[in-house]
Amino acid sequence: MFVLAIDTSSAAVSAAVGPIEDPHALVIRTQVNARGHGELLAPTIADCLRSAGVTPAELHAVVAGVGPGPFTGLRVGLVTAISIADARGLPTYGVCSLDALAVADRRVLVATDARRREVYWARYADGRRRDEPSVSRAEDVPLEGCEAMVGAGARQYAEVLGLPLLDGDYPDLRRLVAAAAERVLAGAPSEPLTPLYLRRPDAVAPGQPKAVTP
Amino acid sequence: MSEPLVLGIETSCDETGVGIVRGSTLLADAIASSVEEHARFGGVVPEVASRAHLEAMRPTVGRALETAGVGLDDIDAIAVTAGPGLAGALLVGVAAAKAYALALDRPLYGVNHLSAHVAVDLLENGPLEEPCVALLVSGGHSSVLLVPQVGGEEVTELGATVDDAAGEAYDKVARLLGLPFPGGPPIDRLAREGDPAAIAFPRGLSGPHDPPFAFSFSGLKTAVARWVEGRRRAGEDVPVADVAASFQEAVVDVLTAKAVRAARERGVGHLLLGGGVAANSRLRALAAQRCAEAGLRLRVPRPGLCTDNGAMVAALGAQLVRHGASPSSLDIPADSALSIEDVLV
Ligand SMILES: [Zn+2]
Repeated sequence: MFVLAIDTSSAAVSAAVGPIEDPHALVIRTQVNARGHGELLAPTIADCLRSAGVTPAELHAVVAGVGPGPFTGLRVGLVTAISIADARGLPTYGVCSLDALAVADRRVLVATDARRREVYWARYADGRRRDEPSVSRAEDVPLEGCEAMVGAGARQYAEVLGLPLLDGDYPDLRRLVAAAAERVLAGAPSEPLTPLYLRRPDAVAPGQPKAVTP
Repeated sequence: MSEPLVLGIETSCDETGVGIVRGSTLLADAIASSVEEHARFGGVVPEVASRAHLEAMRPTVGRALETAGVGLDDIDAIAVTAGPGLAGALLVGVAAAKAYALALDRPLYGVNHLSAHVAVDLLENGPLEEPCVALLVSGGHSSVLLVPQVGGEEVTELGATVDDAAGEAYDKVARLLGLPFPGGPPIDRLAREGDPAAIAFPRGLSGPHDPPFAFSFSGLKTAVARWVEGRRRAGEDVPVADVAASFQEAVVDVLTAKAVRAARERGVGHLLLGGGVAANSRLRALAAQRCAEAGLRLRVPRPGLCTDNGAMVAALGAQLVRHGASPSSLDIPADSALSIEDVLV
C-alpha cells in the first residue's frame, strides 16, 4: 500500500512516497527554503514518485502534517494533499506536525519557529503528546517534565529554553507516516485536513475615514 | 478532434472560482466568495481570503464537475491564475492546480488574471475579430490593452491608472458615504436616483497634454471627500445620491472616452469590456452609447462573468491549448506582481 506524505509546516519542504508497511523504504525528499513551498513542493512530490517507481494512480492514501506552522507554507502543503487526494479518490489523514519531531523514548519539548519571536510547541513523554499544540514566546514555554528539546524553534531559542538540544530541526516524514500508519492500514475514514493555525488573522476594522481637508 | 476540456482555477482575491469549458463553450462556473468575511474590515483581508480559499477549493472543484457533468479524468488541461493578485491567495490556487495536474498527469497553464478577463468574452460573445482593444477595470486594475490574439502570448498595455484602480476609488467613496464594502454595487444603485451632473467632479488626466490612455482616480476621490466634508462642516445634508451619481459619472466618462479613443486610433472596430467594474450598469450604458456614436461594436460579458471567476481562467487556458502554447512547469511561482503583458507563466 503506497502512501504520499507531505509536511510544509516549517522552513523544510518535505514529501515522501513509499509503502505504509515499511517506513524505512520511504523515498523522502526535503529542501529547506522558508519561502519556497509554492515552487518546490509539486516538483519534490514528482521526484519522490519517480524515485519510488510509483504512479499517482498507485497511491492508496495521503498523509499530511497539519501544522502548526507559518500559514502560507502550511496551506501549500494542505491544499496540495487535498487536491491530489481528490484527483485520485484517496483518503487523507492529518498528523500534528510537532508529533513528527518527537523522539519516542525521551521526555522532550518540541519547539518549531513560529516567527514574531515565538515558537509553536508541545511536550511529549514516551512519544505521546501531553499538551495541545500552542504558540508563545520561548520564555513562557513550561519546561516541567522535559529532559531534552528538539526542533528549529528549540535551536533558535536554545539559550532561553536551556534544555539539551537533540538533532533534527524539521518534521521527520518517517515519523509522520508512522503516526498515521494504523489508520491508513485499517482503512479508517478519510479526515479533513484542517490546518492548526493557532493564531487569528491580523485584521482590524477601520475607523472613520480620515478627513482630507485640514 | 473535439475541443479541449479545461478546468480553470482562480484565487487571486476573495473569490474561489472553478470553471470548466470545452473550447469556448462554458460548462460550469462555480464560485465561493469570502466577501462577507471582509465587509466589516472595509477591504479584503489577505489572510482571511487565503484561509477561505483552502477551505473552499475542493468543494468548489466538486461543484464545477457536477454542473459540467464530467469527471476529473475527462479534463484535458488545468489552467490557473498565476498572478497578479494577493500573494498568499494566489498560492493556494496555484498549488491546487499543480496538484491536480500532477495527479492526473495533465498539462498545467499558469495564466495572467487580466488576460483571462479578456478571454472570458469568447464564452459569451463567440469568436472575436483580432486585434482587439480591451478596457479592463476592477478593484485592482484599470487598463487599456491591445490584444493581438486572445490566447496568444502577447498583450500590449496602451495605458493604465497611475494611482488608484477605479474599483478602489468606488470602495473609498463608498466608505466616505457610509455605504458597505465592496463599494461598486451600492454606489451604482444609489446613483440611479441621483443627478450625474449635480456636482462637477474632476476628470483625471483628461487635458490635451496628458497621456491619452492613462487614468488617475486619486484626485477624484479626494475631490469627493472635500466636497462631502465641506457640506458636513457647514451643517448641511449631504445629497448622497447626487454625490454617488456625479462621482460615478466622472469615473465612467474618463474610462469610456479613453477606451473608445484607443480603439479608433488603433483602427480596431470593436471594444471589449472586462473586470469587476464592467458589471457596473452606468459603465455598460455609457460604453454602449459612445461605441454606437463612434461606430464601434461593444463586447461585454454578462455581469457574472465580469467579476472574478474560474471560467475566465479556463477560457484563456483553452485558447492557449488551441494555439499550441507550451504548458507551464510544476515549479512556476505565484507572482503577485505579474506584468499585464505576460499572458502565460
Ligand atoms: Zn479580476
